[in-house]
Amino acid sequence: MATLKELKTRISSVKSTQKITSAMKMVAASRLKRAQEAAEAARPYAERMERMMASILDNPGALEGAGALLGGTGSDDTHLIVVVTSDRGLCGGFNSSISREARKQIRALKADSKNVKILCVGRKGRDQLKTEFGNTIVETYEGIGKAGVKFEEAQGVAANIIEMFEAGEFDVCTIIFNKFVSAITQEVTPLQIIPVQISDDDAAEEKQADAGPSAIYEFEPSEEEILADLLPSNLNVQVFRALLESSASEHGARMSAMDNATRNAGDMIDDLSMIYNRTRQAKITSELIEIISGAEAL
Amino acid sequence: MADAAENKVAFELVTPTALAVSEDVDMVVVPGSEGDFGVLAGHTPILTTVRPGVINMYTDGTITKSLFVEGGFAEANPERCTVLAEGATDVSELVASDADARLTAAREAFEGADEDGKKAAEKELRIAEEMVRAAGGNVTSH
Repeated sequence: MATLKELKTRISSVKSTQKITSAMKMVAASRLKRAQEAAEAARPYAERMERMMASILDNPGALEGAGALLGGTGSDDTHLIVVVTSDRGLCGGFNSSISREARKQIRALKADSKNVKILCVGRKGRDQLKTEFGNTIVETYEGIGKAGVKFEEAQGVAANIIEMFEAGEFDVCTIIFNKFVSAITQEVTPLQIIPVQISDDDAAEEKQADAGPSAIYEFEPSEEEILADLLPSNLNVQVFRALLESSASEHGARMSAMDNATRNAGDMIDDLSMIYNRTRQAKITSELIEIISGAEAL
Repeated sequence: MADAAENKVAFELVTPTALAVSEDVDMVVVPGSEGDFGVLAGHTPILTTVRPGVINMYTDGTITKSLFVEGGFAEANPERCTVLAEGATDVSELVASDADARLTAAREAFEGADEDGKKAAEKELRIAEEMVRAAGGNVTSH
């Protein structure tokens, strides 16, 4: 049995761990609120961008003049997987669920004898994937969203993706990120961003919401020129949205992970205190017995 | 203006970080890349790119709000006008010295830009020039 002193040190060390986890929980909770607001504020832009894309794509003939960003390169030999994770750990299954999905997809693509390139946003993703796919990681971004995700940061990532695409380094680009569902739930979401996929659900919903006949739009300048501007912007927005969702999810995941840790530490302290008290009483009892038996012997 | 409600355009200005404006106005003048255009209720459906410049919102014949945008896209149809801009600032909040500083920085970047960066630097230069104009300053060529 552990001595009283040992128990005392253990209790105090668990207590200080609990203090740290509960502080981290508070920090995550306040960051979560901000990240969630940012994600919600970005939604109107993305929605209207999608509506505009849909208006163009509704137009007959729009697809013919469109560039490779929309129509693809005609092959799907090389895939670029953008893995969005966090820079820091202690957030439950947040990062490992992303790497699991990424690993699954990459293995499936490799089994199909496709080339795979990986672009990591966030250090954890790279750390978890590098043992298996170290030589396929082309770039890692760190420190994104430290003080809230900025649109410029998303633009930087998107510009790099477009540059690689134009240099013919890949044919299909998929971004894997955690979609924010609620503070305790995240959903791993793979989203193909090149060639652009307009999700059918959204387009259908949008049409119902409009409840009008889809008008034939005039374009100024030409459709091709607008598309040439709109497609990269759309990519920016998609990346921005993924980063925002991921950031909100990260703080949510960390908050619940730290909440669990705080609760576990509390349970542990209760258990240890119980053992401590029992040991103390046992010690007193045995001392008393010693005294009494000593007195009787006289 | 027989029926006010029916003759209004639902104008929305959206940036990546916020829904900047969502108002019903009589008319809105947008700086399209092929020239400024005014949108009244019942406008023909049009989709266009927007150059850096100032958007004016009119109600009852006067400008109710002026906003500087850094370029983007505009969509108009009979009921509404939506502008997607990468950045938007109320003209009254523009500070001339900030705009000047941005222009100076943009000019330097443009001078120093290599072939690859030239296009981006030129875009930034045009934004800065328009910003100075919107803030009420003069763009002096040099």
